[in-house]
Amino acid sequence: MNWASWSDFLAMGGYALYVWGSYGVVLGLLVMEIVLLILRKRGILRELMRSAARRGLQ
Amino acid sequence: MFTVLRCVIYRDLLLASRRWADVLTALVFFVIVVSLFPLGVGPEPNLLRTIAPGVIWVAALLASMLSLTRMFAADYADGTLEQMLLSAAPLGAIVAAKIVAHWLVTGLLVVLIAPVLALQFDLHQPLLGTLTLSLLLGTPVLSMIGAIGAALTLGLRGGGALLSLLVLPLYVPVLIIGAGSVDMVAAGLGAEAHFLLLAALLVVAAAFAPWAVAAALRISAE
Amino acid sequence: MMYVTPENTTAGRDRFVGHSSWFRYSSPQTFFPLAGKLAPWFAVAALLLAAAGLYLGFFVAPTDSQQGEAYRIIFIHVPAAWMSMFIYVVMTFWAGICLTFNTRLSGMMASALAPTGALFTFIALWSGSLWGKPTWGAWWVWDARLTSELILLFLYFGFMALQGAIDDPRRADKAGAVLALTGVINIPIIYFSVQWWNTLHQGASVSLKSAPTMAATMFAGIIVMVLALWMYSIAVSLMRVRSIILERERDSQWVAEYASGQT
Repeated sequence: MNWASWSDFLAMGGYALYVWGSYGVVLGLLVMEIVLLILRKRGILRELMRSAARRGLQ
Repeated sequence: MFTVLRCVIYRDLLLASRRWADVLTALVFFVIVVSLFPLGVGPEPNLLRTIAPGVIWVAALLASMLSLTRMFAADYADGTLEQMLLSAAPLGAIVAAKIVAHWLVTGLLVVLIAPVLALQFDLHQPLLGTLTLSLLLGTPVLSMIGAIGAALTLGLRGGGALLSLLVLPLYVPVLIIGAGSVDMVAAGLGAEAHFLLLAALLVVAAAFAPWAVAAALRISAE
Repeated sequence: MMYVTPENTTAGRDRFVGHSSWFRYSSPQTFFPLAGKLAPWFAVAALLLAAAGLYLGFFVAPTDSQQGEAYRIIFIHVPAAWMSMFIYVVMTFWAGICLTFNTRLSGMMASALAPTGALFTFIALWSGSLWGKPTWGAWWVWDARLTSELILLFLYFGFMALQGAIDDPRRADKAGAVLALTGVINIPIIYFSVQWWNTLHQGASVSLKSAPTMAATMFAGIIVMVLALWMYSIAVSLMRVRSIILERERDSQWVAEYASGQT
């Protein structure tokens, strides 16, 4: 184990801004990518339903 | 095939000569951009001498890009491009001829004017010659790589800016090696390695670019 | 002829159907459900590998003597950089298949990979910058690798911008393919010229490689994170290609049936 306590872990030897700034942004970006993909798929399906309804297939 | 090459080059030069304004615009842009840098960084001679090769090279890149859309746009608009796609002559050869003609009215003129502009930056003799030679070897590569971008963005909205985005990253090696050659001579070392590399890039581009441009033209025009 | 359907192309008629089971999946229609089934598995693998890699990186690998805890950024910076280059190569591979065999799905796959590759490139740049500040004192150092990553980001943007500017999907696929192939040839040239430029202009090479001796645990952590990001990129690309397939094939019967089945 490298860390004596949780606060040591969070402090990262004084480099907390840099380390957590990196990992935090990365996590945020990856989550954003997934969310955008889910929204994209939902958008397509909604559009497909709309055009199907317009064509009277439903 | 050489008749075709001669005809295409002659035709393009003739068309360019009827539109001197377009040719000169890119050239004047080159001159203006080079003149802007001293205005931005101050007139201190040592600083200017240091940044001169980089500034002139970057300006050459930008000026080369400005004129790229002209390469195929006019032919595309009036149907000549379709005739070229259908012709019996290999499209790669026609494309190579167009690139040569384009370089003659853009890159070559940049090579001729650059030494004069370099004097503005107080660049002295061995450096002037190095700069000119590096541009002489490098501007054809710029025309060739740029032709790929011009062919890919044929007829697209946002053409000019999109073309820059596509082409500038690919220009980076030429810029680094070209401007670097002058720095080497300035440091008292020889620039042979740089010239050899530029020549190698020229050969590789000459081998690869006509094929890529032809493929891109077929994709864009059909 | 704007709409490419299975009925009016030879590729769509899947000449290989019945000859080999793998080529069956070269049609968007058959690949769509396969991608849907595979993506969750890769996502789970990514999560597990990431957990293992981060554990190795934060709790097993020792503190670096020169850089302190700041060096732990390496466990996201290096994997992201490697993956950004790997994804570009894979993207170019699919683009090449699209250009050579004129298949639709390979072009879609190339388009699906690009945003993830660009994201990883940005992550490499961001983490590299945050690593550089405490280590070298500046938010940006013209390190050869970082500069090459920056140019790689521009190449990704160019690819996505070109495809975004072209309305016809087939032209977009093929134009992007030519651009990607031109870029992939350039990448080694760009890297070496930037490396040369960097060593010429800065005496001691300012390199973001970690301390010369890398402990085995550090290396293991990096490798596991590389695998985690690899699984993640496959999962996300499979999800994205499904959306692309739905968008491109929206006029076909099976998509209409799928959409009505979803609600």
